[in-house]
Amino acid sequence: MKLTGAQIFFECLKAEKVDVIFGLPGGAVIDIYDEMPKHNIRHILVRHEQGATHMADGYARATGRVGVCLVTSGPGATNTVTGIATAYMDSIPIVVFTGQVPTALIGNDAFQEADIVGISRPCTKHNFLVTDVRDLARIIREAFYLARSGRPGPVLVDLPKDVQNAKIDFKYPKKIDLKGYKPTYEAHMGQIKRAYTAIGKAKKPVIYAGGGVIASSAAKELKQFGESIKCPVTTTLMGLGGFPAPHELWLGMLGMHGTFRANMAVATTDLLIAIGARFDDRITGKLDEFAPTAKIIHIDIDPTSISKNVKVDIPIVGDCKDALKKLLRLVKENPISNLKKVRKPWLDQIQKWKETYPLAYEQTDDVIKPQYVVEKLYELSKGKAIITTEVGQNQMWAAQYYHFFEPRTLLTSGGLGTMGYGLPAAIGAQAAFPDRLVLDIAGDGSIQMCIQELTTAVENNLPVKVAILNNQYLGMVRQWQQIFYEKQYCATCLKIAPDFVKLAEAYGALGLRATKPNEVEPVIREAFASPKPVIMDFAVNPEECVYPMVPAGAAMTEMLLV
Amino acid sequence: MRHTLGVLVENQPGVLSRVAGLFSGRSFNIECLTVAETLDPEVSRITLVTTGDEMIMEQIVKQLNKLVSVIKVIDFREVKFVDREMALIKVKAEAATRAEVLRIVDIFRGKVVDVSPTFYTIEVTGDEGKIQAILDLLEQLGIVEVVRTGKVAIARSKKG
Ligand SMILES: Cc1ncc(C[n+]2csc(CCOP(=O)(O)OP(=O)(O)O)c2C)c(N)n1
Ligand SMILES: [Mg+2]
Repeated sequence: MKLTGAQIFFECLKAEKVDVIFGLPGGAVIDIYDEMPKHNIRHILVRHEQGATHMADGYARATGRVGVCLVTSGPGATNTVTGIATAYMDSIPIVVFTGQVPTALIGNDAFQEADIVGISRPCTKHNFLVTDVRDLARIIREAFYLARSGRPGPVLVDLPKDVQNAKIDFKYPKKIDLKGYKPTYEAHMGQIKRAYTAIGKAKKPVIYAGGGVIASSAAKELKQFGESIKCPVTTTLMGLGGFPAPHELWLGMLGMHGTFRANMAVATTDLLIAIGARFDDRITGKLDEFAPTAKIIHIDIDPTSISKNVKVDIPIVGDCKDALKKLLRLVKENPISNLKKVRKPWLDQIQKWKETYPLAYEQTDDVIKPQYVVEKLYELSKGKAIITTEVGQNQMWAAQYYHFFEPRTLLTSGGLGTMGYGLPAAIGAQAAFPDRLVLDIAGDGSIQMCIQELTTAVENNLPVKVAILNNQYLGMVRQWQQIFYEKQYCATCLKIAPDFVKLAEAYGALGLRATKPNEVEPVIREAFASPKPVIMDFAVNPEECVYPMVPAGAAMTEMLLV
Repeated sequence: MRHTLGVLVENQPGVLSRVAGLFSGRSFNIECLTVAETLDPEVSRITLVTTGDEMIMEQIVKQLNKLVSVIKVIDFREVKFVDREMALIKVKAEAATRAEVLRIVDIFRGKVVDVSPTFYTIEVTGDEGKIQAILDLLEQLGIVEVVRTGKVAIARSKKG
């Protein structure tokens, strides 16, 4: 039977088991939308295409499945770029379908034409322009495969209008043949053995894990491995949830706003075991002084991540889970003798660091501290919420004061640092998990960047909760001005702001406000009890700073601690 | 250091811009680049010359391999190879110098491919050193224009 391109589109999505699309129509995808009601697939209408990409991304991070969005050509397509770049930097599998002008008009500056394949080339894992309906099914199949396999990432498929209308016999290709794409999953046993020999000799090892552990569903193996060699574990922002926070080996997050003990441990370790992390500058600080005394093992599925910034001694290309399983086998066959005794001085040292400079803040009676709000959110959600964040101080306080037990419970824009990410990402996660508590820890600046999606939440009964840590500033930028630019607060004051309670109500959500410390808990309780989307506006101490802080470009031991 | 890479890519629209975009986006250098179809019409071959230290070269090769459209990267740092380039050189050839131009062309085993009363256009192939040498000699007689193809390179076959 002959099917149109639009019909094929839905058949392919069914074959990929897609259950929800985040999108917004326009002329160049109207044929797909016209076909949509005939198919049993949920569509969530967004209010801005950036929102659609973050929702697909939030859905993907929360579930591990591929998130999907559908937008029109031209401005619809260009509006997705920030969301695509966000997913790209954090290796999140999404497939973005964009409408395109008919093939005959491409290149003619047609109405709502944009070269989105050209525009998105540097921020997608791969992208496609479908010029012939006969290629459509194969390309969609490849797009999903590319998005989710290897090091995951966003893939864009551009669909000219005539391709959506053309008819052919439909067959979903079973096999994929991409000559230039063969990710390495299997870690090389020789390298694993070399790594384990180094581990056996190490006195002060540290595991530094990143988002790769979550992408490869290796949290369980990471915990077993850490325990089996009694090795302290720190993670990046992207790795939070990859190792259970309340654990004797847990160091907290490392990096610019990492804990004192995590950064000190990395600065003095003799063996750094990097797993699914990429030595980003927010982690390494000054490169020459990063882990200066360490031998480095690096496990990563992406060879380009290895020895990109920091020269690695034992590179292991492969899936984190596979590598960890193999390491665990070696531990089992040949456990480290006297482990407890061998490790004691190192663990004692770490304990000392922990006691000297724990994460701390002071809560008085009159002004709400943002850290206090996050601690209360943690306490009252029993640590069971899916947390999304915006970007800035709110994000760092969420990372420091909410504790993550499980992978896929912190969804945050780590690599790109995209303000506006949190609310739509929360909506995407809530669409996947309607019964879970999904909570966006937000800033008063960032929340305004995708606030329109509150309507999407209301319309689709997705009761996300937003906690705005309202400091009346673009706080993180102000923090830099405060510390490094003599308090010249140029263009960071947000005193002129909407009334977030009224705004929530205008959108049909619930709005709540706390201005005193003793109002924090009742507001959170009321919000969590509400069946609606809620905005909680917490008036927090305006000039609070995130500590510890390593100034950009400084060595990781040069932490500002107050 | 300068290095030559051979890159086999899918012969499809946009692939060259993926490769070029990779270099510009990561501020790697391209000194010269040539592209043409291979025996397999679905595959094109890019030869490019780039510069970088050990760590940068390793990144360039890995990043190229990471592109979905790239089938294979041949790193000529690791194999013996032959490379050639062609140049078309338009040089002044007036009565006093015509013979001298022809002598030089002859020595370099070049060819005169276009003749006018005052100019010769010369075709010459060779490795970089040879092209540079003939350019240096002809420069003194007055070069008007030079067009170079950029390098192509192929691995040497194993001997014996
Ligand atoms: C889209 C975007 N624009 C600008 C920035 C730069 N930036 C980083 S943090 C920040 C301040 C965010 O303010 P707010 O959301 O109120 O968070 P706070 O730091 O106050 O908690 C800005 C402007 C960014 N990360 N993303
Ligand atoms: Mg703020």
